[in-house]
Amino acid sequence: MIKRIAAAIVGIGVAGGVGFLAYAWYPAIAPVAPPPPSTFTAAQIERGRVLAAGGYCAECHTRTDGVRGVELAGDYKMDTPFGAIFSSNITPDPETGIGHWSEAAFKRAMRKGISRDGTQLFPAFPFDHFTHMTDEDIDAVYAFLMTRQPVHSVKRDNTVGFPFNIRLEQAGWKLLFLHEGPLKNNPKQDAEWNRGAYLAEGLSHCSACHTPRNLMGAEKAGAPYDGAPVDNWIAPPLNDHNPTPVVWTEDEYFKYLRFGSAPLHGSAAGPMSPVVHGGLSEMPESDVHAIAHYLAEIDHASTRVSQDPKALAWAMKASMKDLVGPQVNPNAKLYAGACAACHANAGPQPVEGRPDLALNNALWLDEPTNLFQVILRGIGTTEGISTVSMPSFYHSFSDADLARLATYLRATRTTLPPWNDLEKKAADVRKTLPTPPVASSH
Amino acid sequence: MTTFRLNGRDVTVDVPDDTPLLWVIRDEVGLTGTKFGCGIGMCGACTIHIGGRATRSCVTPVSAAEGADITTIEGIDPEGNHPVQQAWREIQVPQCGYCQSGQIMQAVSLLKDYPSPTDEEIDAVMAGSLCRCMTYIRIREAIKKAAANARGDASNG
Repeated sequence: MIKRIAAAIVGIGVAGGVGFLAYAWYPAIAPVAPPPPSTFTAAQIERGRVLAAGGYCAECHTRTDGVRGVELAGDYKMDTPFGAIFSSNITPDPETGIGHWSEAAFKRAMRKGISRDGTQLFPAFPFDHFTHMTDEDIDAVYAFLMTRQPVHSVKRDNTVGFPFNIRLEQAGWKLLFLHEGPLKNNPKQDAEWNRGAYLAEGLSHCSACHTPRNLMGAEKAGAPYDGAPVDNWIAPPLNDHNPTPVVWTEDEYFKYLRFGSAPLHGSAAGPMSPVVHGGLSEMPESDVHAIAHYLAEIDHASTRVSQDPKALAWAMKASMKDLVGPQVNPNAKLYAGACAACHANAGPQPVEGRPDLALNNALWLDEPTNLFQVILRGIGTTEGISTVSMPSFYHSFSDADLARLATYLRATRTTLPPWNDLEKKAADVRKTLPTPPVASSH
Repeated sequence: MTTFRLNGRDVTVDVPDDTPLLWVIRDEVGLTGTKFGCGIGMCGACTIHIGGRATRSCVTPVSAAEGADITTIEGIDPEGNHPVQQAWREIQVPQCGYCQSGQIMQAVSLLKDYPSPTDEEIDAVMAGSLCRCMTYIRIREAIKKAAANARGDASNG
């Protein structure tokens, strides 16, 4: 690491120098005629389809703001601390997409973050993860993308300002932060762990959202899976810093990633909805098991799980608090009136389909962001458990009501210190919703 | 366009995505057993089932019901003889009746989760369903009666 930093300092210091330029400069790879579909086998294309789903290509390469773009035609707006970046058209349109990209050019982009014409790509494109994919998998994704319908679509210009818009700087970034090439098999771990590591660290790039980033926009090496804000939500920690009372075990991870809901933690909402329902749902069940297996190792579930029965018993008791007999506490009444019908749980464990808030990840995080997001938006059938819905309380609660509810739940359904500044935070989250999710009934 | 199943029939409606599901059920489909109460999900009169779970339809956007299996008061039994409806009649629960379809839908859902509910469980789950006629005592009795009937308890000799 020290060597890398020193190397980078030297590299940046002599940025005008021949050495760095030689390192940073990549030639264009000659354009090719778009390969006809017969170039690829049906099995390869199908494999690529599944991999493209598991890598969420369409999530970041389809416009969602203002109008819904054509899938994979790019122009997705990604807000970064450096400005907005608009993703590329990755349909095989020769003029505006990747139609002229050879397999070698595609592989170079996936492994090194270099565009076909030789320019450096921003790491908003997670090549620092895709670099770990096997040749075979990258080729399959290429086969899938090159057999899509070409879409003529020009993306908007990035708003990344000086000096970060100098693409050459990305070469220095890569010197520091890119660990190029396939992941090495870890012989101390079993095949399922290694498969899970391959998917989580490579294709499905979990840490791209769940690891905080440093000032240069790279994942912090010292804080893997510590959790981070993303798209006005919080991507919770996936390591043992996750504060939920019951541990994220392999079984909980699997249910969450496969069915959209972990009975002892909550539902996949917000940015996790497409990960589960649009991405991992296309993957074989064994792969989702492998990811769950790997993540449960990261959070040391097996060494912590013995505390779970006690934590569960505490949560189940907390779940029924203030729900029996007449109430005078107005905050408790707010909860009893609006939430308890679906969320209160009696008995030794939560009833399936009755997400318990004393166990819920959103209530135990350092910030109330996810709690407010879910209350304001609700959870539709394309999110969470796909057969049920949670309504939107956008018009039901003022920001002051949201603050009261959050204060009450944090105090009675967790053992953590209170959140502060809640009314402002509620207003901030409300502002991130472009329009109310539901029209006023009045 | 949103498509879902309503009381066992496929329904497709062409309304804005943010339209409250209650309006769709009442005005587009024409099933008026589900009532408008407060319009902010705080009284329970509009309660329906989505995927078998009680849901306040007045604050659920129709888009959130895409592909869902929805049941309203008209759909829980073709003859109006669901065990909970029978118990409701036996106990003569309603007074004005306005909130009762929501109460019944919530009660059906409660009994699915807690087949022999205690007073505490009834209070916790039914607290969000308001009744201005104060029929709460009879609602609780009818829920217990329905539970007993479902268990096959000999309650009438």
